Amino acid sequence: MKKGNILKEYIILAVIVIATVGIFLVYPQKSALFEKNFFNYLVQMLEIFPAVMILSGLLKIFVSKDIVGKYLGKTSGFRGLIIAVLLGTLPEGPLYIAFPLVKELREKGAKVSNLIIFMSAWACIKIPQELVELQFLGLKFMALRLTLTIIFVIIMGLIAEKIYEGTAKSTV
Amino acid sequence: MKVSSTTIIINAFALLFLILAFINDKRKSKEALKVALKSFLNILPTTIMIIFAIGYLLTFIPPSAISKFVGEQAGFGGTIAVSLLGAVLFIPSVISFPLAGSLLQSGASVTSVAAFITTLTMIGFVTLPLEIKILGKKFAALRNGFSYIVALLISFLMGVILR
Repeated sequence: MKKGNILKEYIILAVIVIATVGIFLVYPQKSALFEKNFFNYLVQMLEIFPAVMILSGLLKIFVSKDIVGKYLGKTSGFRGLIIAVLLGTLPEGPLYIAFPLVKELREKGAKVSNLIIFMSAWACIKIPQELVELQFLGLKFMALRLTLTIIFVIIMGLIAEKIYEGTAKSTV
Repeated sequence: MKVSSTTIIINAFALLFLILAFINDKRKSKEALKVALKSFLNILPTTIMIIFAIGYLLTFIPPSAISKFVGEQAGFGGTIAVSLLGAVLFIPSVISFPLAGSLLQSGASVTSVAAFITTLTMIGFVTLPLEIKILGKKFAALRNGFSYIVALLISFLMGVILR
């Protein structure tokens, strides 16, 4: 994100703070409830935010895309599916960073199923992300969603590959 | 102030990895801390804005209204609407969880909340043109299309299991 954007965001935030003060001068009877909810969530967030950011930072610096690509390109079979999930959880950053890497691996002959599984894991099974989910939605919710996601993402990768290769043959 | 066990576990986890990283490579670890500080400052204003939104949501919008649109009463239609919203929105997933938590707290159904988070993370409507350009139409369509179906399946199962 650019420097100017950040400054803009802080200005918007300042406006929101001033507007909020104004609103609760008009509705003083609601201000106690707002304060309670606002500070409850703020504290819950700040309690874990530095830890989450440190984990993201460590992953960003220690896990290089090249290493991930090297392992993913070689995988196959059932073990390959599991490795694709695990590798997807490691790199940090938004999914679009993965697009060029996936393209390169596909050209080198990596399996479409593994690539789709890898991208899905990259998108929604990040360790820092799961910790925030744990904090705000609870262990049961987080663990169940994680388990279902892993199962369905693998099935989805396998079906998508069949369709991808099926249509590739028919168009040739 | 009461500190939950979840908080302690998360912080202990991060601390453990930080120590391991420092033992492994001091220079890289320092760099990682710098990156962490930078992304913290980058995401902080957006995070606080979301918390303001949560505060307003929980203060002014009655749970009955939330429940009507994204709760058990809203049923299938409500879930579809939230899942589409999740697919289109482009907010960092890390700050979508407190928002999702507050919706759940104020009457949204498990299915809707799970659909929102899952489509938000898996489907990138905003980055779809980029995905098509780099990976091709067929690949992008298959991945996003299947992701949407999978997101709905996951959320309906969650709704059934966590009822």
